[in-house]
Amino acid sequence: MSSNSTHYVAAAQTETVVVDQLHLSDKKSNLWLDAWRDLRRRPTFWVSVVLCVFIIVMAVVPNLFTSVGPSGAACDLANSNADASAGHPLGYNFLGCDIWSRLVHGTRTSVLVGVMATAISTVIGVIMGALAGFYGGFLDSLLSRVGDVFFTIPYIIAAVVVMSVLADYRNEFVLALAIGGFSWASTARIARAEVLRVKQSDYVTASISIGLSRFRTMLTHVLPNAMAPVIVVTTLSLGTAIVAESTLSFLGVGLGGATVSWGADISQAQTQIRSAPLALFWPSLALTVTVLAFITLGELLRDAVDPKSRAQR
Amino acid sequence: MAYYILRRILQVIPVFLGATLLIYFMVFGLPGDPIASLFGDKQPPQAVIDAIREQYRLNDPFIVQYANYLAGIFRFDFGTTFSGQSVNDVLARTVPVTMRLAVMSVAIAFVLALIIGALSAIWKGSIFDNGALVTALIFIAIPIFVLCFLAQYFLGVQLGWFRPTVGGQNDWGDLWLPAIVLGLSIYASSMRLTRASMIETLGQDWVRTAYSKGLSRRRVIPVHVLRNSMIPMVTDTATQFGVLMVGATVTEGIFNVPGVGNTLFRAITSRETPTIVSFVTIFVVIYVLVNLVVDLLYGLLDPRIRYVK
Repeated sequence: MSSNSTHYVAAAQTETVVVDQLHLSDKKSNLWLDAWRDLRRRPTFWVSVVLCVFIIVMAVVPNLFTSVGPSGAACDLANSNADASAGHPLGYNFLGCDIWSRLVHGTRTSVLVGVMATAISTVIGVIMGALAGFYGGFLDSLLSRVGDVFFTIPYIIAAVVVMSVLADYRNEFVLALAIGGFSWASTARIARAEVLRVKQSDYVTASISIGLSRFRTMLTHVLPNAMAPVIVVTTLSLGTAIVAESTLSFLGVGLGGATVSWGADISQAQTQIRSAPLALFWPSLALTVTVLAFITLGELLRDAVDPKSRAQR
Repeated sequence: MAYYILRRILQVIPVFLGATLLIYFMVFGLPGDPIASLFGDKQPPQAVIDAIREQYRLNDPFIVQYANYLAGIFRFDFGTTFSGQSVNDVLARTVPVTMRLAVMSVAIAFVLALIIGALSAIWKGSIFDNGALVTALIFIAIPIFVLCFLAQYFLGVQLGWFRPTVGGQNDWGDLWLPAIVLGLSIYASSMRLTRASMIETLGQDWVRTAYSKGLSRRRVIPVHVLRNSMIPMVTDTATQFGVLMVGATVTEGIFNVPGVGNTLFRAITSRETPTIVSFVTIFVVIYVLVNLVVDLLYGLLDPRIRYVK
């Protein structure tokens, strides 16, 4: 259809009257383009994007932000709880380590574990949800019950059990597996619901009727169209996975030994809450800002993609 | 309704079996040795290891062990803690404290969520609404232990309004600080749910009917809108309950509230795996039961639920 077409209706007499005028835009329109047009006008979106990028850069190249080591030889007990000085903007913690350096290096642990845990939970969740939703029947009942089982155990509690049993095997991947392996059930539910919806579409019927196998149809037509809510949940669960990592480290069942983690720093500083509250404050702030940045991004994305939640703004 | 109840109860059985099997597998099926982890870096003498393996029947085949564990749950026998107390005795001592804390925090969260959520929905788009949404987002992002320390430092240490830790003196009035923190941690999502649900209800035809037949706003909002908006909040309670259990573990640990969560917290930090398993099992049993009750309640409140599916 050409743009800005005008519809005429022949009147009963002789003249023609314009009854409506369509202004069709030539601009392409799909879910993500619409979302982008909505998002780019929002200042909060840009603030959280800049923060997220900053946090990721800090996680990848911590040495760009500090030249002081976070632990080991860089710490000097003579500096225990010392105030800020030149080159050490946030002062020192109880063990005489530079707080700013520990914040910068702790970012890596949080982001690395968060990203891996989210990837694990998304992959498991999408596979389980898509199979259950697309094939239905017995497979659906089976996978949905398995999902219910995982949904029943709060994933932080499950991760606590796994990490305390696997005390000898603590590393970033095991921690991510403990978090991601138990938090996929909600992703699976969302993916299943969306696959069920997309499955009804005419193009899916068309794809099967022209001879594509059901599995190929699911991969090439159903899944790509069912990804929007999953991507939103993924962004949100990155934030919650970071909280989970810090909670486990706080409880002492996260990464042990020399790994720098905000949660472990908070746990260590809690005994000094009266004498050195700042050593407790800075890692708490870093953690909260990071989680807030990812969660805000996820929520804005959800509002932009889901017209129903947009209507409620 | 009887059919709905029966079906719902039957659905619980596989979930319960699966969840307990999963916990049991995590502890005794994974490569780590639960006994060795009790001793940290030191290796205990072989005789001690053997005695403990015998005590926890770790020499039986996995499925026999699981059957024993399951039989224990049905006899309400959750084993003994590492220090030798029976878990039931510990529960008898700690459950009342945790119940007080839970009731207070849920009450705080729900009252706040209802009032602020309802006002937010009525004044949608206003400064109040935006402020409430931003605050809710911050409360969602802030990890519970950070919230605990903020409250402990500012309200407890600096302002001196509350005692920073609870300890032995733990009656209703002594639990305000942990209850506020725990309440705020579940407040945010309840408030957003109330708001969303209110906005949806406000747009319904029957609300317009109520207005057009001359009812005042004072009557329509509390009686027609609020009551109908509360149904989703009932199911939300079930989901929130998981958050509440993790939150209670951390909060009770930090404020030294001698409740169930605190016992789990101490067990985790001192790595007493068998005690952790007992308490996690109890948590899961409670969670399954709460979900069942909430679902039944949901069916009672909203007749449509009973017939679909």
